[in-house]
Amino acid sequence: MLDFPRWKVLSIVIALAIGVLLSIPSLIPESIAARLGLGGMPRINLGLDLSGGSHLMLEADTVDLAKNNVVRMEEQVRAEMRRGDTKIAIGDISTTGGRLSFFVRDGAQVDAAVERLRTLTQPAGMTGQRDWNVAVVDSTRIVLTPTETGLKAATNSAMDVATEVVRKRIDELGTKEPTIIRQGADRIIVQVPGLQDPSALKALLGKTAKLEFKLVDQSASAEQVSSGRAPVGSEILPYPDNPGGFPAIAVKRRIIIAGDELIDAKQGFDSQTNEPIVNITFNSEGGRKFARVTQENAGKPFAMILDGKVISAPNINEPILGGQARISGRFTVESANELAIALRSGKLPVALKVVEERTVGPEMGADSIKAGTMAAAIAVLAVVVFMCAAYGRFGVYANFAVIINVFVIVGVMALLNATLTLPGIAGFVLTIGAAVDANVLINERMREEYRRGRTPIQAVELGYKEASRTIFEANVTHAIVGLIMFVLGSGQIKGFAIVLLIGIATSVFTAVVFTRMLVAHWLRKARPTTLNV
Amino acid sequence: MPFLKLVPDDTNIGFVRLRHIAFILTALLTVASIAAVGLRGLNLGVDFVGGLMLEAKFTAPPPLEAVRTNVDSLGVGQTTLQQFGDPKSVSIRLPLPASTDEGATNKVVAKVSESLKRAYPGVTFPRYDTVSGKVSDELIRNGLLAVVLAVLGMAVFSWFRYEWQFGVSTAVAVVHDVLMALGFFAITRMEFDLNIVAAILTIIGYSINDKMVIDDRIRENMRKYRQMDMKALIDLSVNETLPRTVMTSVTIMLALGALLLFGGHVLRGFTSAMMLGIIVGTYSSVYVSSSLLISLGLEPQKFDKKDVSKAAGAERMGPRS
Repeated sequence: MLDFPRWKVLSIVIALAIGVLLSIPSLIPESIAARLGLGGMPRINLGLDLSGGSHLMLEADTVDLAKNNVVRMEEQVRAEMRRGDTKIAIGDISTTGGRLSFFVRDGAQVDAAVERLRTLTQPAGMTGQRDWNVAVVDSTRIVLTPTETGLKAATNSAMDVATEVVRKRIDELGTKEPTIIRQGADRIIVQVPGLQDPSALKALLGKTAKLEFKLVDQSASAEQVSSGRAPVGSEILPYPDNPGGFPAIAVKRRIIIAGDELIDAKQGFDSQTNEPIVNITFNSEGGRKFARVTQENAGKPFAMILDGKVISAPNINEPILGGQARISGRFTVESANELAIALRSGKLPVALKVVEERTVGPEMGADSIKAGTMAAAIAVLAVVVFMCAAYGRFGVYANFAVIINVFVIVGVMALLNATLTLPGIAGFVLTIGAAVDANVLINERMREEYRRGRTPIQAVELGYKEASRTIFEANVTHAIVGLIMFVLGSGQIKGFAIVLLIGIATSVFTAVVFTRMLVAHWLRKARPTTLNV
Repeated sequence: MPFLKLVPDDTNIGFVRLRHIAFILTALLTVASIAAVGLRGLNLGVDFVGGLMLEAKFTAPPPLEAVRTNVDSLGVGQTTLQQFGDPKSVSIRLPLPASTDEGATNKVVAKVSESLKRAYPGVTFPRYDTVSGKVSDELIRNGLLAVVLAVLGMAVFSWFRYEWQFGVSTAVAVVHDVLMALGFFAITRMEFDLNIVAAILTIIGYSINDKMVIDDRIRENMRKYRQMDMKALIDLSVNETLPRTVMTSVTIMLALGALLLFGGHVLRGFTSAMMLGIIVGTYSSVYVSSSLLISLGLEPQKFDKKDVSKAAGAERMGPRS
């Protein structure tokens, strides 16, 4: 065991040197690292509790999601039944209870209708289940129920889109290095370093930004509007800023044009009133559609609907041909800008709610780093002095190992792009204390063996051999705990667990392999006849 | 140069002889701990009960009653105040605003901070947390799950690696350590948050580590001295590993001491939990888990027989079928 071939020595030294080198960019300020040409090297990320900033956890409103899912199906079913030479007439469509049900007017067409519906459902999940169950009730009524796997798949794709939309919106805000990650089935974590007041961000992310233009149903009477009973083909929508008084309005169900057909949205000012507005541009197809509808309905009012609420209902004074429109309403510059960003980045497929919010001020983060670094330095110093006093030469070897270990942990964290949090610093300090445990085990064992009358070389050899088994066991159990923390823990605990896990791995290497190399070298050189340990 | 030795060579302390006293003491402390948790309850932070936590840093130690009156007068709900780490920092806990409006929590924060700034110029608000009830329930569940899994995982590992007695004694000792830590938090009323769960998991990890080392030595000696009486064998093993047990505890205490004194007030609860855990863990390694092995009827002869018949599997890690 004391035989260290040159290749082994070399690979140990190289491995540790790489670890130490990787730690350098994280230990010096970013600007200096850039000047030294190390700007591209991986650095440790600082958690928000150290860098200061805002952490938000957003959760999808699954009820809303299920509702949207059924509504989308309804649209598809309507389109499918109208398609082709033989149209299938359907009626009494209901989307209550999370199910879509309708009846087929001609009983003879039920089978054909079911056949067409088959094309609308897709296999979902591994079990070969489809995303919707199609059932015929009372021989003429068809009921479509989403399956569990179907809902899961819908949630999954909605969350993928939502994450992208959230990313776009945050990028539009021009914040520095935001982190946006999907978590679990229906959550998104947003972390914005440096952000102190997240209320604007929350307002922006809280908007689904579903924009629709619909014609106002002028045939509806005031009673109908106030009682909420719309004429056939129309619906009553809230209109909080209605200059006409009552905070609701009847609009036609048919959508003239929707936000999906936007290619741009910008905040601007009304040339006459100088009020803030949002200028929008449709794509060419949307522009053509808008032009046709405005030509046909000149002089009539249409409603601009955002997230189910009417924000304004201006008259179509003249056909709008250029594919450009403007959204007016009671905007401030900020709210108009916010809406423009939300529209540009697309609508969220599902409403998101903030379920957790943590904000840390920048001074506090800086203080924590300072305190943490100080504590780590003092911990290293105390342990180093203690180990020297307790084990002399072998303590010095152990100290070499501990100090190198500190750098290697930083290096590995940088390489893995891991995040250092405040509990992570605690984990770091604890690792320093625990890392020497391996050396304590080895050295105590050597002492024991030497006192039993073994020669120095035998004592060293047995010390490493016997202690290695114990070290392995102790560290495996420790790693199990670390792994459990990493899997089950939320942000802060994860930060602690990652340092612990990396520390366990690197400390076994430095404390056992590296010190053994140093000890072996000394034994070969000095050929001691007594062991002073 | 004579080296520092915290434990003299060749100690021969009769730990096993003291085990009945130790068991009684342990039982009393455990009952006291459970009683403290049951009667006083834990001072759960917003991570676990949901709500809004705002940390205020004053320029001088503030009069808590006046601060409470100030915040209560704002109509933002029942206030819970607590000194936090150092006397100038106070954590202000409030229920979540009922409004579903996205900015509602930020408005509450603004309201409280403005009012306090007027009354106490120079006060700063270095951080605030908002956790909804749903998330806090999950955090509790995950925290409990993590602790239970850690204890179980360890016990199973020890059982497969050695004998079932080792698994049981380790699990009992670790549960004892966890209960002590909980009792400590119930008595001191320190805020129990997510970081403390991490601290408890670390205590579990450390405590197991300690027990593994002693268990490993017991196993080694069981093979070496096949005829030795179990009590003498355990005493021998604990004594042999005593220098290491003490040395490691001291180095970790040194590191934690640095963290407690210089690591800033946020980590203070975390660090003190850990320091207590190291002391309790060391105690339980020496007195509880090792001595429990005798009460559980571990015998070298039995172990020996099994070991011979399954000699091939004994050194490897994993279940012995």
